[in-house]
Amino acid sequence: MTSWFTYLGMDYGWAWFVATIIDILVIALPLMLAVAMIIYADRKIWAAMALRRGPNVVGPLGLLQSFADGLKVFLQETIIPSAANKGLFLLAPIITFTVALIVWAVVPFQAGVVLANINVGLLYVLAASSLGVYGIIIAGWASNSKYPFYSALRAAAQMVSYEVSIGFVLISVVLWSKSFNLSDIVEGQKAIYTYFPINGYGFNLLLFPMAVVFFISSLAETQRAPFDLTEAESELVAGYQTEYSSMSFALYWLGEYANVILMCALNSILFWGGYLPPLDWAPLYYVPGIIWLFAKILFFFFLFSWVKATVPRYRYDQLMRLGWKIFLPLSLFWVFLVSGYLMLTRVGVGS
Amino acid sequence: MIQAIAFYLFAAVVLLSGAMTITSRNPVHSVLWLILAFFNAAGLMLLCGAEFIAMLLVIVYVGAVAVLFLFVVMMLDIDFAELRAGFVRYAMIGLAFAVLLAAEVVIALLGWSAGGLKLDQRIAPTPDKMSNIEAIGHLLYSHYLFVFEGAGLVLLVAMIGAIVLTHRARGGVKGQKISRQVARRPQDATRNMQPPVGQGVEL
Repeated sequence: MTSWFTYLGMDYGWAWFVATIIDILVIALPLMLAVAMIIYADRKIWAAMALRRGPNVVGPLGLLQSFADGLKVFLQETIIPSAANKGLFLLAPIITFTVALIVWAVVPFQAGVVLANINVGLLYVLAASSLGVYGIIIAGWASNSKYPFYSALRAAAQMVSYEVSIGFVLISVVLWSKSFNLSDIVEGQKAIYTYFPINGYGFNLLLFPMAVVFFISSLAETQRAPFDLTEAESELVAGYQTEYSSMSFALYWLGEYANVILMCALNSILFWGGYLPPLDWAPLYYVPGIIWLFAKILFFFFLFSWVKATVPRYRYDQLMRLGWKIFLPLSLFWVFLVSGYLMLTRVGVGS
Repeated sequence: MIQAIAFYLFAAVVLLSGAMTITSRNPVHSVLWLILAFFNAAGLMLLCGAEFIAMLLVIVYVGAVAVLFLFVVMMLDIDFAELRAGFVRYAMIGLAFAVLLAAEVVIALLGWSAGGLKLDQRIAPTPDKMSNIEAIGHLLYSHYLFVFEGAGLVLLVAMIGAIVLTHRARGGVKGQKISRQVARRPQDATRNMQPPVGQGVEL
């Protein structure tokens, strides 16, 4: 698109600037729509597993429920507690929402279709997801209220703990694919052997355990059930968002689900072939890659909802134990295992 | 053009947030300004073409170190009157340091012979067709292997030292044994009884 704008007579810098802004909108606006629909899907799946009907009044099959909710919070009054730290109180949801959006810049939707094809893509993802905790900590502190503060402390400890094991999982993927670029990682998942024509690192026996660890860690990282201790309603009212109302609450809501979709996308990109079809079979490549990616995202979102509907919440000490005493040693050991295997088979090859 | 705008933006925010870090009254605000400074410093690194360092800065400093900072500072019981009480006592020492730093900045400025803004001319260019990470990796694991391993060892010693200093085994604490909790079955915990009418259960 940059070339089209330069053709219109802009100089390269400005053409790039305008084109990038348009690209950002092309990603962000459908994402917002997707978030609205995924909230509806979440409620429907949850309801179906609990033998309820779920939202079914607003619009056909209740499809417009999320939009009605959005309109409702939009019309509500924004209440700022008088003892709150006003500036930070309003800044916190904006941080959460922004951080949930910026990671999408490096997500490859199709071969060559990505906003920023940077060579440290995976590190960028890690960096941005480590920023996500600030929205919650700041909210908890700025609310100047007991329960949000507890929730903020929990969130800080939880997200830092699980980022460690996520980091090691990502390292083993990077070792295998020899690249930090997400597009290269997806391309590297193409089946190599004709007798095993399945795309995806998850089907590799050495990397499959890491895929499981990453899935569970991504549940913890997005604070979904069973790790939703930051908003455990039986203990902390509504957690860090207790004092929030109206649009600032809606920003948390959108940011949370945008993060969930992002984690589903990362699961599918890192381990299950991203935009590649699951089978390395020529006719399947006629289907656009973006459809495969969406199908995988939806599959993982279904798993997220499934877990939410069926698994009871963890106790906090169990959560910490899982993160530090099980996932961390396991993923560290797996980094050794993967690099050892690669030393055995690939040493001297290519470098 | 855009590079220059970005540079001045990042640099200005770094300076501003650095100043705010030391001037703001509230320690939590100080930490948040510090985080903003880190973040924009990462932006400057990006402009220099050191994207790996930039990402590490965000992951390590912003994502981990500063979170723990914030974690600790948030739980402080801040007494603002007490904070201000020490001002006179430390004013002279602070002033001395300020003069020293200002002198250093002036000397550095005088000694600075580099020309204008040349972002695409790096002092140590990475080899062609090799990404930042690969270049650093090749250097770290070949030329500077022992220094690198030594740094790792120092960190390990520091970690062990911190654990040894802070960890103390307290007696009489009821800890949870997860394996026992998981191994527990309903048969061990409950009994089905058919008590005769009017007698109740013998425990």
